[in-house]
Amino acid sequence: MRINGRIGFTTACLLVILAGIFVMNGCSPKDDASVSKAEAAQFVIKNKGSDTMVNLAQAWAEKYTEVSSGASVEVSGGGSGTGVAALINGTVDIANSSRQIKPEELELATQNTGKAPQEFIVGYDALAVYVHQDTPIDKITITQLAEIYGEDGTITKWSELGISNSECPSDKIIRISRQSNSGTYFYFREALLGKSRDFAIGSLDLHGSKDVVEVVGRTPCAIGYSGMGYATSHVKMLEVAADLDSPYYAPNLENVLAKTYPIARPLYMYSLGEPTGQVKIYLDWILSAEGQKIVEKLGFVPLENTL
Amino acid sequence: MNILRKKSAANLPFSETAIELFIRLCGISSIIFVFGIFFFVFREGAGFLFNGLDLGQFLTSVEWQPTSLKNKRYGALALIVGTFSVTTLAMCIAVPFGLGAAIFVSEFCSPKLRETFKIVIELLAAIPSVVWGFIGLTLMNQLIIAVFNVPIGLTMLNGSIMLALMSVPIIVSIAEDALKAVPDSYREAAEALGATRWQVVYRVLLPAAKNGLLAAVLLGAARSIGETMAVLMATGHSVNIPSGPLSWIRTLTATIAAELGEVARGDEHYQVLFIIGILLFTITFMVNLIADLVIKGIRQEQ
Repeated sequence: MRINGRIGFTTACLLVILAGIFVMNGCSPKDDASVSKAEAAQFVIKNKGSDTMVNLAQAWAEKYTEVSSGASVEVSGGGSGTGVAALINGTVDIANSSRQIKPEELELATQNTGKAPQEFIVGYDALAVYVHQDTPIDKITITQLAEIYGEDGTITKWSELGISNSECPSDKIIRISRQSNSGTYFYFREALLGKSRDFAIGSLDLHGSKDVVEVVGRTPCAIGYSGMGYATSHVKMLEVAADLDSPYYAPNLENVLAKTYPIARPLYMYSLGEPTGQVKIYLDWILSAEGQKIVEKLGFVPLENTL
Repeated sequence: MNILRKKSAANLPFSETAIELFIRLCGISSIIFVFGIFFFVFREGAGFLFNGLDLGQFLTSVEWQPTSLKNKRYGALALIVGTFSVTTLAMCIAVPFGLGAAIFVSEFCSPKLRETFKIVIELLAAIPSVVWGFIGLTLMNQLIIAVFNVPIGLTMLNGSIMLALMSVPIIVSIAEDALKAVPDSYREAAEALGATRWQVVYRVLLPAAKNGLLAAVLLGAARSIGETMAVLMATGHSVNIPSGPLSWIRTLTATIAAELGEVARGDEHYQVLFIIGILLFTITFMVNLIADLVIKGIRQEQ
């Protein structure tokens, strides 16, 4: 079998060009920083983790280069688990996580690095329940959501929620979920079903908070969950109540801070050991009013004491 | 003769020997890499494969609940069916188009047009799979919704079209080479006997280039089976036994891609994902083996 030589050559050329672009891209932020801030950025804080928090972490990092003179922040996503794993291996300074670190992970990190991870709550995230903007529904209860998403759930059609969804002729609810080990998935499952029941299989398990909202925005039959910061004009956020007898609350700042909105969770950052030096300055800045303003700007809920 | 060769080998300059050694190393390295990768994947998954995993459940159950808190279940049947169905459908689309394009480019097209064609096809091969996935997620999604009047376009059909578009360039370039390799004397003889152009292709060229064409199709299929990002984004990524081309599916590769990133190293779930890797290895090995056997069989017949 002869493989066409041309294909190899063209691909190789393209690869070289792409590699060149990547190298240039990889260098430019550092170059910019060193140009704009004379002798700044000798210290690079490595920050990694939660997919939910990656936009927020990026926004912090960008703003921080403007206000700080001693350090720059390098942010990467990958998921809460990835962040915690990196913390355990000692390869990051700060891990972002949308779930609390597990006791065994805490122990592993202490064993591996000799330093116990320190926990910081840096903001709150309300998980919003999204539907298409044309779906004639405004509120939903946790018990209903449990029957929609849970194993052997009893609600599979929009009409069973008491609405006639004319945009969705099949009447079947299309469940949009996340891949089974994302922090968002874990939190939503526990909030709906506790620890003893699983989600039913057959949902569309998308890969990212943004994708969920994107797909729901194009699908009138769909229901999905994602951080409330990801809302677009094509989707609608539902008001949520614990059950039919409880009051409904919209996912917004006041309700999350008052702890009345039922599916809100803290966002965590973990440092290895008591933070020192530049890492401490950075974390303090995040917790300050200025850092928390960015939390609010990105659609998350800032800490109470900074408002 | 023998003495002569020995002498010349002894007289070779050092650079020549060094280059020969280097090339030899390159040749051997690919074997080392294959075995190295297989060893690594096997080592990561072996612990759970032989001790703990219910293989019957793994191969026959659709219950994929790797992160359940009360009862973890690793049933990969839906993923296996998903991989095979999306690949089969992709090949149903890609093979006619790919072979047709190869026949056109090699037999029917003017030399000038051929050059343009080849460049465009190569360009198609250079598009990264995540771009295809994005096209599937946005454009093709809308298109399938509009054409088939379904609620959501992230389906097996969507993934298959993306995979077909990705494997067509491979099929075209290898199949075209195979057709080109058929000696011109065959064509001339057929034409001398009064065959039309289509008869030349159908009766003479296709049988003569059988091996190469089969290799082209199988390499295209191998690309489809191994593809990850595009199917992750375009097929809906849903654990589901498909009932037709408009069902959502999830493939073996996409499952590894979506879940490996956030799983704790050494965990049961981590090992199961590597067992899926072993399964994929086995599948591609079988495809290659079958290809080899078929080609050998054809050769013996001739």
